[in-house]
Amino acid sequence: MSNVPSDVKYASTHEWVREEDDGTVTVGISDHAQESLGDLVFVETPEIGRTVEAGEAVAVVESVKAASDVYAPVPGAIIDANSQLQDAPELVNTDPYGEGWIMRIRLDDPHALDELMDADDYEHLITEEDDG
Amino acid sequence: MSQEALIFDLGRTGRYARAQAPAERADLADIPAQFRRRQRAVMPEVSELQVVRHYTRLSQKNFSIDTNFYPLGSCTMKYNPRACNSLAMLPGLLDRHPHAPDSTGQGFMACMWELQEMLAEVTGMESVSLAPMAGAQGEFAGVAMIRAYHDARGDDARTEIIVPDAAHGTNPATAVMCGYQVREIPTDAEGDVDMQALREAVGPQTAGIMLTNPSTIGVFERRIQEIATVVHEAGGLLYYDGANLNAILGKARPGDMGFDVIHINLHKTFSTPHGGGGPGAGALGVGERLLAYMPIPQVGKTGERFHWRTDKEIPETIGRLSAFGGNAGVLLRAYVYARMLGRDGMIRVAEFATLNANYLMSRLRDEGFQVWLPQRRASHEFIVSLKPEAKELGVTAGDFAKRLLDYGYHAPTAYFPLLVPECLLIEPTETETRDDLDGFVQAMVAIRDEARQDRDFVKGAPYNMPVRRLDEVKAAKELDLKWQGEAD
Amino acid sequence: MPFIPHTDEDIRQMLAGIGVDSINALFDEIPADLRDPGLPGIPAGVTEMEISRVMNARATGDILGPCFLGAGAYRHHVPAAVWEIATRGEYYSAYTPYQAEASQGTLQLIYEYQSMMAGLMSMDVSNASLYDGASALAESVLMAVRANRKSKSGRILVPDTVNPLYRDVTRTIVGNQGIELETVTSNASTGALDVATLKQWDGEDVAALVIQQPNWFGRLEEAQALTDWAQRNGALVIAVVNPTAMAVLTPPGEWGANGADIACGEGQPLGIPLSSGGPYFGFMCCRRAFVRQMPGRIVGRTVDLEGRTGYTLTLQAREQHIRRSKATSNICTNQGLMVTAATMYLALLGAEGLERVAGHCHANTRQLTERLTDLKGVSLRFEGPYFHERVLELDRPTEPLCQQLASQGVLAGYPLGRHDKRLSNALLVCATETVTEADMDRFEEALGHALARAA
Repeated sequence: MSNVPSDVKYASTHEWVREEDDGTVTVGISDHAQESLGDLVFVETPEIGRTVEAGEAVAVVESVKAASDVYAPVPGAIIDANSQLQDAPELVNTDPYGEGWIMRIRLDDPHALDELMDADDYEHLITEEDDG
Repeated sequence: MSQEALIFDLGRTGRYARAQAPAERADLADIPAQFRRRQRAVMPEVSELQVVRHYTRLSQKNFSIDTNFYPLGSCTMKYNPRACNSLAMLPGLLDRHPHAPDSTGQGFMACMWELQEMLAEVTGMESVSLAPMAGAQGEFAGVAMIRAYHDARGDDARTEIIVPDAAHGTNPATAVMCGYQVREIPTDAEGDVDMQALREAVGPQTAGIMLTNPSTIGVFERRIQEIATVVHEAGGLLYYDGANLNAILGKARPGDMGFDVIHINLHKTFSTPHGGGGPGAGALGVGERLLAYMPIPQVGKTGERFHWRTDKEIPETIGRLSAFGGNAGVLLRAYVYARMLGRDGMIRVAEFATLNANYLMSRLRDEGFQVWLPQRRASHEFIVSLKPEAKELGVTAGDFAKRLLDYGYHAPTAYFPLLVPECLLIEPTETETRDDLDGFVQAMVAIRDEARQDRDFVKGAPYNMPVRRLDEVKAAKELDLKWQGEAD
Repeated sequence: MPFIPHTDEDIRQMLAGIGVDSINALFDEIPADLRDPGLPGIPAGVTEMEISRVMNARATGDILGPCFLGAGAYRHHVPAAVWEIATRGEYYSAYTPYQAEASQGTLQLIYEYQSMMAGLMSMDVSNASLYDGASALAESVLMAVRANRKSKSGRILVPDTVNPLYRDVTRTIVGNQGIELETVTSNASTGALDVATLKQWDGEDVAALVIQQPNWFGRLEEAQALTDWAQRNGALVIAVVNPTAMAVLTPPGEWGANGADIACGEGQPLGIPLSSGGPYFGFMCCRRAFVRQMPGRIVGRTVDLEGRTGYTLTLQAREQHIRRSKATSNICTNQGLMVTAATMYLALLGAEGLERVAGHCHANTRQLTERLTDLKGVSLRFEGPYFHERVLELDRPTEPLCQQLASQGVLAGYPLGRHDKRLSNALLVCATETVTEADMDRFEEALGHALARAA
């Protein structure tokens, strides 16, 4: 069973979002997402400084069998990207909610977070997907 | 089988195949130094015998149609008659320069013209272009022509191409290359296009639809005429992906179904070699609406003389797809094949491809494998889902595929189409004997028995190949794409 | 029933197994009004003996003589071993090496090809090939727009010294993708680009500059200075080169201070017969940093479960069968069989052999043009360094002249007026290592006779 921590929020496209103290958010992909992709071989991190809409494709995670877009779960400006992933894409597999984070976004509107799912809803979503 | 060293590792400084290059070095002093290469290129330094032996040995590490049953779904791996090769390689055809005047190539052009005519007849289309160098390029040309048609009418609201979810990946990739957005529509439980979804999807934004028929699920799209009406009434055009034409060759024609443009993979239906991944040829069949936009050049005939038709004769053409006239050598092979089959032979292609597929499907079903859409006729291919085996025995379609290699059978296409779990797409083709089909069934049954005995054994396959399963993660992460000298 | 092995007994038993009484019953899902069109327009089938007779007659009907035509396709000696082995069934009738364990022959061969091509071009990496030189340029243009993240313009500078057929193909393929192909005009008296001409784009947003070497007129471009200009201006450099020439000319990887970013071209000179224009293959190499933007198949070396060396397709996630509408290209195949031949060709010749071939091409072209320019009414159109093609200026239109010489069995060259009316009297000639003294005599004599008549 995938790890679905309750201290972050989730997008239906399998990104997680953690609110930081300084009003920014950190974004990565969920444990469930990394599991279904398999061993990552490459992560294309987003361009820092870019302004994005919610749902816009900003990064790519690539395994040997699939390449998948990572979508900005909230609108805002991308202020940082995890440069460690350049040489160590496997961090997304080994520590998806920690060292494997992908980007930081400065929110345009803090209420955007309300649109996201909590852990219970997300867990429900992935259970449904597995049965489908 | 022993490992074969890289050709570079067999070399010694100063060695080369001396019979193959001029005996003397020529004087290049008149080329100024600033343009000259300073350091010699990294190349093998080997003798002619070393080359012959090395590449003969490497060839022995391949499965091929000539050596193995190769039921790769959607690829039509049937016998490539040897005569097609030797006749396409007659010196007079081989040495002909593409820019040589038409007057010097009438024999070659006669073959091309007749091939165009035969393909138009067998597909029910108005006219045929042999220019595309592969199926994907034929696809590109077809969709580009659809775009040219709408553009010429000033109908620039048409921004979408509809593609069923079961389509080959090239379809959406092609639509994007032509500047279109892709709208996917689902397949219904019977394997046909979901008509309700299609009716909802079409509108003034619809440029066209891309369909494969029989579809990639291996069944004939029964409501094809209704689909054509719905799309045409919305102002869109229909594109036929000829990947599965082998299934209906001579039995039904895309032109009669209402398609406006089609491509034919000559390396599938007309048995030109796959060559380890090319060259292909993607001849285009074009209907009335799109004739004005055909790619150039095309062979034309005036009286008894043949000539190349260019933009002077087709001023609204989408343009050129290759520097010359397409993959002539492949087209010659297809021509020889088409002539040898003739009318009756072509019809029998579909009949026996379909007979073999339905026979193999019924045998596997009788042995307890889960056939996808058992209520439907198979076309020239069908799907087995190994989801039950994956669930009960823990062996996947991928494991079966690898273990089949040990039994001397090339694996069917695995994990395509994407919407069937744990699937094998199996296409036996018309050139295989019943005995070979029976042998394949026995291998599938034997592998399932092995999995019941020892799951891990099957998961470790193959064992009898030159290598065992390869570390693909390492290959993609630590990219090693060329020889870097003896140090490694 | 050509190539169908079924006996009547097979058919009977197979139908019984399926549970139908005729083959036709298997087609009952096709609407009746679509079924069995009959194909009256297709002739009856023939035997191998009969089709052999037809093909032999047609092949010998095609006139062949000394060939001084180049313009993108070149007649070279092809070692007998190349096609003897390339047409072995194990190469000829195999498919794309998706099942790596059953395709190690093809895969190792492609890895060797990538190594040789990268070596010849002096570039970091090569793919497993594309369709032909023209489509390789089109794909390079698309790739450059993806790879040049700093450029937002989608503007590509394409000199008029790039093969006009390649420019046509590129326009066809990239035309609907918001890419702007802007022409750079060459110097009309030298037939090559002046670096100074590019000044008009100084400081502008340009995604890439295309440089063909040798260029369409056979002339050598100032690749070093052109590359430096482009990269100073944030543009990538796409090199379009003749692979034979690269044995003796500065390869793309060594152009300017940093080397070209993408190198592509027509692989036909490397052991592929002329065959009326195809199948050939396009090659493509690039900087390592751009490898994920490169279209087409790529083979990598890795290890198997037991640690043995093996080869596999890699970076497949970029490709259409996985990435669908977001793929780098819709390309599926490489030109596998052509690459098989080219790999053997390069292995046989090695750097030494290829230098000798290139050297003789150059020397023969020098000798030919020296001889022809001695004729009255023939001069050199463009002075300056060249490889194995040069442009002659005649005293009359060359299109009808070429037709006339062809009827005497001499393929005289390429009439450049086809693409530019100002060059109606110009003829692009080429002499590869296959041209003999006697061939040149015949050309000189035929041309001399033709020119002696009033224009």
